[in-house]
Amino acid sequence: MWKLIKIEVFKIFKKPRTYIAFIAIWAIVSLIQLALYVDGQKYIDFVLSGVNDTFKVGGKIINGYFVCFIILQTLLIHVPLLVALVSADMVAGEANMGTLRLLVTKPQSRTTLLLSKFIASSVYTIALLLWIAVIGLFLSMFIFGTDGLINAKSDQIILLNANDVFWRYLCAFAFAELALITVGSLGFFFSIFAENSLGPIVATMSVIIVFTILSTLEIPLFESVKQYFFTTHMIGWKGFFEMKQTAEGDSIPGTIRNLPAVLRSAGVLLAHIVFFVGASIVVFKRKDVLS
Amino acid sequence: MNYQLYRTSYFVPRTSYLVLLTSYFILLTSSLLAQAPAAELVKKVKAKLDKVNDYVATGKMKTDVVFIKAPISNIKAYYKKPNKFQVKRDGGLSLLPKGGVSINISSLLLTDDYTAINAGNGTIDNLPVRIIKLLPLTETSEVVLTTLYIDEKALLIRKASTTTKDNGTYDMQLSFGKYADWGLPDKVIFSFNTKDYKLPKGVTLEYDDGSKKPELPKNKKGKVEITYSAYVINKGVSDEMIK
Repeated sequence: MWKLIKIEVFKIFKKPRTYIAFIAIWAIVSLIQLALYVDGQKYIDFVLSGVNDTFKVGGKIINGYFVCFIILQTLLIHVPLLVALVSADMVAGEANMGTLRLLVTKPQSRTTLLLSKFIASSVYTIALLLWIAVIGLFLSMFIFGTDGLINAKSDQIILLNANDVFWRYLCAFAFAELALITVGSLGFFFSIFAENSLGPIVATMSVIIVFTILSTLEIPLFESVKQYFFTTHMIGWKGFFEMKQTAEGDSIPGTIRNLPAVLRSAGVLLAHIVFFVGASIVVFKRKDVLS
Repeated sequence: MNYQLYRTSYFVPRTSYLVLLTSYFILLTSSLLAQAPAAELVKKVKAKLDKVNDYVATGKMKTDVVFIKAPISNIKAYYKKPNKFQVKRDGGLSLLPKGGVSINISSLLLTDDYTAINAGNGTIDNLPVRIIKLLPLTETSEVVLTTLYIDEKALLIRKASTTTKDNGTYDMQLSFGKYADWGLPDKVIFSFNTKDYKLPKGVTLEYDDGSKKPELPKNKKGKVEITYSAYVINKGVSDEMIK
């Protein structure tokens, strides 16, 4: 299986389109960094519009941690498309090229074949997120320096100490990885049914867009069901940037406000991955491969 | 006979008026001698504060504002005459209330451009205080009125309440300890009016963890509490430090 995974990873990184995602992320991150470097204060003024009259901010608010927060917030809506580009192509791409039938005639089982393809697509997802971490977090830290992080929510502002942020990013990236692999597994599942990768890519993105809109809309009808959408749990990484409070209302550094909820979200995502990959295997094992 | 009676009755009331008037003046003079004029007392307090040219203070800051979640943090406060004051949080960002005054007593008595009016006596933490109101003379002043609660014996401002044109009323309660001789507080509680904070959820892309969020009280006064542990006084503070 290890050999199969290596072959699949090689196949992914041999395709030029794989690198589109890396270039796109580099372009988006660079533009965000440039915008915040040149005109970051205006963005801050908007975020703190209700507070600026009464409070003045001390410290370096536009720092590497803050820039990375904006990047993650912006990118994690769009990165699923880049993940789907590869994961939704894993099986459908082979079918399109006519190599799938040849592949299943090899001595390894269909389950092994599918698992190795899924793991290879996950390796790509991990590489993509590492790339975001390198240019979004480390490069931003280098350009903008570090200080505390301001996390502006809809009804409150959370201030995190400078020495209390980095470990939260490590957790957030690990969580984001799980979220993106969930998207990858969905694309992978759709990929089983198609003969070319366009359909599964569009289907994956459609599901994410519809679910994200329903999750964001504050309409009572959707309030009760949005907990069942995996997109609701995909932004669980933000939970790492909130602190617990004492009975007196003092925030406690080094804590996570609702860790069980974040872990539950991680569990929901993991369950989705298991379901989509499991369903892919079940369907693919029964599939009459003709292409 | 009738004329005599009339003269006597006329004379008696005039004498009593004289006695009353004299005793009133004696009482007035003695009370004025006992209480220094308001302006003089403020000057004395200012003279005490003027002994401090600069300081660097270390301490802890607690922010109690309904929509701000910040941990208790170590801070350094820098002061340099006449009006440079800066609170810096060690390793983090800080949100400090803006306004006509910083969290610093020297800024209250920055100019001589005010009229001091005696507003009676009171007690703060069971200590007798003189209440003095400072009215700015310039019409362009951001501060409309400052009320000082001065411990006349120790020449310390125990409480100050400042009403500004644009930023509401700020209250400053001060507790003194080992730096009382310099007029510097060990603890300052600064309370102020806050506005509601709201951003659209579509912008913040909030994570809904399913927990029921408590209704945040509206128009609650915000509080910043600074407890100073040590001061380094008159050892020099550069402009760079206050930037």
